[in-house]
Amino acid sequence: MSDVVLGHDQLGRTIRRLAHEIVENNRGTEGLVLAGMLTRGYPIARRIAEAIREFEGVDVPVGSVDIALYRDDYQQRETPPRVRPSQMPASLDGATVVLVDDVLFTGRSVRAALDALLDYGRPARVRLAVIVDRGHRELPIRPDFIGKNIPTSANQLVEVRLTEVDGDEGVYLMEPGERHD
Amino acid sequence: MTSQQPTGDMTGLPPENTWRRKDLLNTDTLTHQEVELVLETAEAMREVRGRPMNKVATLRGTTVVTLFYEQSTRTRASFEMAGKALGADVINISASGSSVEKGESLIDTVRTLESIGADLVVMRHPEAGAPYLAARHTSASIINGGDGQHAHPTQALLDLFTMRSHIGDVTGKRVVIVGDIRHSRVARSNAWLLMAQGAEVVLCGPRTLLPRTTPGAHEGSGCEMTTDLDAALKGADVVMALRMQKERQQAGLIPSLREYARGYQLNDERVARAKAGALVMHPGPMNAGVEVTTSVANSAVSVIEEQVTNGVAVRMALLYLMSAGGRR
Amino acid sequence: MSGRMVIKGGRVIDPANGTDAVLDVLVAEGVVHEIAPDLSSENAEVVDAAGCIVAPGFVDLHTHLREPGFEHKGTIATETAAALRGGFTTVCAMPNTEPPPDSGPVVAALLEQIERDAHVRVYPIGCVSAGRRGKELAAIQELTDAGCVALSDDGNPVGDGQLMRHGLELASAAGLPISEHSDDPALNGGGSINEGRISERLGLHGQPAAAEVSAVARNVALAEATGAHLHIAHISTERAVAIIADAKQRGVPVTCEVTPSHLFLTEDAVFGPGPEPAYDTNARINPPLRTEDDRRALVAGLESGVIDAIATDHAPHALEDKLCEFEHAAPGISCLETALPTVMELVHRGELSMARAVEALTSAPARCFGLDVKTPGTGSISMGASRDVVVFDPAATVTIEPAAFVSKGKNTPLAGMELRGRPVAVVLDGRLMKEATVTG
Repeated sequence: MSDVVLGHDQLGRTIRRLAHEIVENNRGTEGLVLAGMLTRGYPIARRIAEAIREFEGVDVPVGSVDIALYRDDYQQRETPPRVRPSQMPASLDGATVVLVDDVLFTGRSVRAALDALLDYGRPARVRLAVIVDRGHRELPIRPDFIGKNIPTSANQLVEVRLTEVDGDEGVYLMEPGERHD
Repeated sequence: MTSQQPTGDMTGLPPENTWRRKDLLNTDTLTHQEVELVLETAEAMREVRGRPMNKVATLRGTTVVTLFYEQSTRTRASFEMAGKALGADVINISASGSSVEKGESLIDTVRTLESIGADLVVMRHPEAGAPYLAARHTSASIINGGDGQHAHPTQALLDLFTMRSHIGDVTGKRVVIVGDIRHSRVARSNAWLLMAQGAEVVLCGPRTLLPRTTPGAHEGSGCEMTTDLDAALKGADVVMALRMQKERQQAGLIPSLREYARGYQLNDERVARAKAGALVMHPGPMNAGVEVTTSVANSAVSVIEEQVTNGVAVRMALLYLMSAGGRR
Repeated sequence: MSGRMVIKGGRVIDPANGTDAVLDVLVAEGVVHEIAPDLSSENAEVVDAAGCIVAPGFVDLHTHLREPGFEHKGTIATETAAALRGGFTTVCAMPNTEPPPDSGPVVAALLEQIERDAHVRVYPIGCVSAGRRGKELAAIQELTDAGCVALSDDGNPVGDGQLMRHGLELASAAGLPISEHSDDPALNGGGSINEGRISERLGLHGQPAAAEVSAVARNVALAEATGAHLHIAHISTERAVAIIADAKQRGVPVTCEVTPSHLFLTEDAVFGPGPEPAYDTNARINPPLRTEDDRRALVAGLESGVIDAIATDHAPHALEDKLCEFEHAAPGISCLETALPTVMELVHRGELSMARAVEALTSAPARCFGLDVKTPGTGSISMGASRDVVVFDPAATVTIEPAAFVSKGKNTPLAGMELRGRPVAVVLDGRLMKEATVTG
């Protein structure tokens, strides 16, 4: 049985709160670029941008980042991970980039995404926003904006489900081998 | 979040769809899913090439060897660029001036390359089937960069990629390939790939330069063959002109290049018979003023230079897809 | 050893004498002594032939022994041992050796070597032109006197029609047939495979059927004009069968042969059985394997007698001759040890009658080159004359394993196939040959 960590409405509220924190931290939207990691970070980044438009009336540029080409486990894999095109709205020189992902776990994906971002220019600063921080970091990486801290054991699974990708909405904690039903 | 497996997908390909072939030898047995995977990956690679930093380090530690038994500028340069853009080490070997010239067999050559650490070998060879022979005798991945009159799969894939980005799905689209079809590995690989994609393929050229059997007849399908270019062009979505070799004239297959151009050169008047906005393609290198008039080559409908740019992206995609599996 | 043996209980098929019945065969003093039901086996070695066919020793009109000059591909010793293993007791050696037998002394030296090394009867075939170069005629009478049974330039078709005409005239006067690889070199364009859907699919240069058909037509016309005996080597096309049928109808002195490979395989063998093309160099042969229509026409032509004989075109090659790019690979199939099972497979399928199969391997080829005159009893089981008999089990399953071939040539596209038909005993020159004695 999977535990519901955040329900449909709670997830929506969490995203809106993250949007407020990001704008507050940046003291406005000046120079702000949201970079959502594929697959689920990107739709979350778009929702954050929507929320910002609602309360600030400003369109913040949103890009997507695919990390396949920057993974540190490519050499070990039998088959190549899928690569999808990233999309960046403009040069990142001098921008404040907020990297957005669904779940922060070992930190390896974020490390890869940072490398990818730097190929688009030299941002003034990069921040990290995640819906869930579940611990078990393997690299010295910490989030700046967190939806929810969830203590987990390493073999549990945290799933953020989004309407755009999964058809339904919510955050679930599952035991190993369990699948969302 | 490395343990987080994506369950959803934005492209319609099943998540388990991945590249498992050791070699890429032709387009004739590629599955629909394999083609989609190559094109999707190429799309990502094209984006990489457009970044301020247009190079990644993914294939660091991977060695790509281009082994060319025939002269080539663009295919070899394209593969070299693709390898370097992915961070691979690229070594170029030409048949002339190497052990190949001293009578070393192809099998010994590829085994030697494997022993010095080649993970992928891009091979061009004047003999049809030579890459198949090489592939059977090495654990390195072989990419066919053109074998005799047989196949040139990476050219066909980049051509499809270019068509897709302009006219979308090629199903039901009319693609006319004009020129020396009989001796063309580009025509063959394109015909196989496009037919599998559901395109209506028309092969057009002088009777002596058309195949004597329809490509694809092996599977029961086939494509139209005609000597009448003006008729073939009617309703065409894509027109691809092939390079005309001067040697064909010496071999008595065509009376002269002039006569060839008279019947088969793509000029403004002829291109106007195709659908409005039909793409004009050429795999290069072009003979100035023979296969395509300069006016058509420089026109808005010509995507000839884009083909070259896309060539790097498609070859990056293949090197990327084949490197992971190639290290078994 | 008393030298007496009785081959008991087999179905004796002897087309030359019109025999097809279950009979015993007594071999004594080096020849077939008696053929009758229930012969006594007293004081005789018994060969149990129950369920087997007892036939004359097979005769091959087209064997490449490779010696002298190409001993890395095969030798007289190894390839005649392969012949014996395959049930062949008489083979005709093709002249594409180095030096080629284009004069008496070369043939004499060859015969000495044969005398020393051969495990079966070997007749040399001499050249039509000096050095097989197609420029001037070889010493035809000298070759005849030296013991050649036919003339051929083998893989080099005689391109010059006038030279061919004169060659036929002189050969005819000497009493020899010309065995001609009928092909138009300009038209075949150096192709390595049949021109058709497989050559198109594989991007290989193809030989059009027309290259063979036009050469057969020319050669038949020359045979008609000269009245000389023309033997068409290894025909491969439906149209060639039709031309020969027509020629025979009009009484032109023409005979012809077909290989087991062309009777059994098609151009698809080059592609191989898998989804990916194999470019199987072992299926490269000249003339090339053709289409299924051609194959059927060849089988029908053999059955009807338009095609006289089955000849192996046994062409052993070294490993490196085949382990290379397709168009660099040497053409030819190592065939002596697979000929019987491929032909028997056709019989089992109902495509060919057993009687014609045996005839085409025995009396028919013997007659083509007059071998039954040269050595009476060749190709038949004639009392008091025949010295060579083969006993084979037509239903025995054999798996083709090139590594186990006695021939130096392991080059066969049949590797791994399960076929039926195996020689169980060979009587050569009146002596029973055991497998142990024929290891080359």
